Amino acid sequence: MRRYVWLLLLSFGSLAIVMGAPLVGGQPVSIEAILHPRPDNPAAMIFWEIRLPRVCLAWIAGAGLAVAGMAFQALFRNALATPFTLGVSSGASLGAALSVRLGWGAMLLGISGVTISAMAGALVAIAFVYGLTRLKRDCSTGAMLLAGVAVNFFFSSLILLIQYTANFYDTFRILRWLMGGLQMVGFDSPLRVLPFVITGTVLLAALVGELNLLTIGEEMAASRGVAVDCTKTLLFLVVSCMVGVIVSVCGPVGFVGLMCPHICRLMVGPDHRRLLPATLLFGGAFLVVCDTVARTSFAPTELPVGIFTSFLGGPFFLWLLLKPSRNVNLSL
Amino acid sequence: MSEPALAIDALSFSIRGQRILHNVSVQIGSGETWSIIGTNGAGKSTLLKCLMRIHRGWTGRARLHGRDLAAFSQRELARRIAYVPQPGNDQGMLYSVREFVRMGRYAYSGPFGAAHPGDGAAIEAALKRADVEIFADRMLDTLSGGERQKVFIAAVLAQGSDILLLDEPTAFLDYGHQAAVAGILRSINRESGATVVSVTHDVNAALQSGGKVLALRGGEVAWIGPAKGLAREQTLNRIFEASFRFLEDPVTGLRLVAPQGAEE
Repeated sequence: MRRYVWLLLLSFGSLAIVMGAPLVGGQPVSIEAILHPRPDNPAAMIFWEIRLPRVCLAWIAGAGLAVAGMAFQALFRNALATPFTLGVSSGASLGAALSVRLGWGAMLLGISGVTISAMAGALVAIAFVYGLTRLKRDCSTGAMLLAGVAVNFFFSSLILLIQYTANFYDTFRILRWLMGGLQMVGFDSPLRVLPFVITGTVLLAALVGELNLLTIGEEMAASRGVAVDCTKTLLFLVVSCMVGVIVSVCGPVGFVGLMCPHICRLMVGPDHRRLLPATLLFGGAFLVVCDTVARTSFAPTELPVGIFTSFLGGPFFLWLLLKPSRNVNLSL
Repeated sequence: MSEPALAIDALSFSIRGQRILHNVSVQIGSGETWSIIGTNGAGKSTLLKCLMRIHRGWTGRARLHGRDLAAFSQRELARRIAYVPQPGNDQGMLYSVREFVRMGRYAYSGPFGAAHPGDGAAIEAALKRADVEIFADRMLDTLSGGERQKVFIAAVLAQGSDILLLDEPTAFLDYGHQAAVAGILRSINRESGATVVSVTHDVNAALQSGGKVLALRGGEVAWIGPAKGLAREQTLNRIFEASFRFLEDPVTGLRLVAPQGAEE
């Protein structure tokens, strides 16, 4: 019962944060100005064209990254598995940086070249990490983190190489984007990410039973009737694509997928039927709050939100690592 | 004669070139009780995992009620065969007993975790049958090893399969819990006609079960027959390469074995 109360609180909290966040900022915006926008009133423009789209993007990206982290944690049965620690974010970054450097502006099926190459990078990274842990028949925290670290180092060096060979303008663009930011104008970016996050979330929602059983163990899942290999491949594909798209728009915003599912697990328990909605709501609200703090704390300078989430995430990661192991190993 | 529940024909399985099972053939009749015995590394657990399709890529044929095992989806298979892993691998500890048992109903659930109308009744019946009702709302990590094993059995009962594969169901349990688990399995076999196949290291348990025995040695079938025929020195020597003495149960008159140590 307590767990459903949490879910209810999360829904209201998340909604309140999304509605409240656009009102916060250097330029005060009155409700009056929002409801009756006049051309001579810049406050309404700031609200509708800058703050609201930004808050929407933050919510969508945060929710997507959080549920992606949750899915990876079920797949690896480990609370430290996230898009960031597994190298999926850096794979996507490499893909995006490469397409900026080579100037792939072409669209394919309405999806930009940057997005497609970020998705491809994310898939390469996850295939590599999963293949490595599979090859060693070792899904322990150590093996998984080391594989992720190796991928991170390798892709980071390639990103540096790309930056080194790029011109000043591209280098700066890649660098700013790598810090993870949500600075943009209008609803283009949120709408670019939204379909992928919806698809990913709906798929995860369809597979909550499978996620529960995979967390307990692959043998157990198979004996209960889960087609393990199929399910895992599908999850890896869809979740990596989702991360790729988010990273291509927002940059590698780190640690959202680490912190949010873990905090939600403490609130609503390990059952994915509740954990998924909780993580979605919490992840969205979390990134909105982080971004609001990042753009107001050093006003008028706006910090990239990735700096802020990593600042929180680093200590959180260490705390998880140092906790007794049953909280890290989800199959226990 | 009706089709056997499980007809296994020349099943062989290797992991990375290492031969684990070779040419195993056995016919397991519907409603029978089987014990699989053999030395460590004889392939007993692997055989169960091959049948549950946890291990894939084995060769040979296995038919379930006359239909090729490969023709079943994993979900269909789970409605007919259930599997209890070796105790002691601490899985699902963050769940309550009831939640854990509910996950045994996966094979009947729809997408989005939708429940099957029969779930509630099946879960309650399984909890009752495995005698775990009293701690149904406790978390798994607060239970003893014996209680946990009963919960695992409750979960496969909820799964509603008519063939149960159990990997050393009574290992690491005290005498009271061993008897309780054996009793639950016997009642499932008698009352619902379930086929029960257990891997065991305990020859006496196999003898007392009164069913049939499959003995494996080095991945091959060493002996198949009714449990009564097992209590012969030659047979046991061949299976285990160890010596045994025989004694008679003063009440049942059943012939039991005592392993002979290295004393002489």
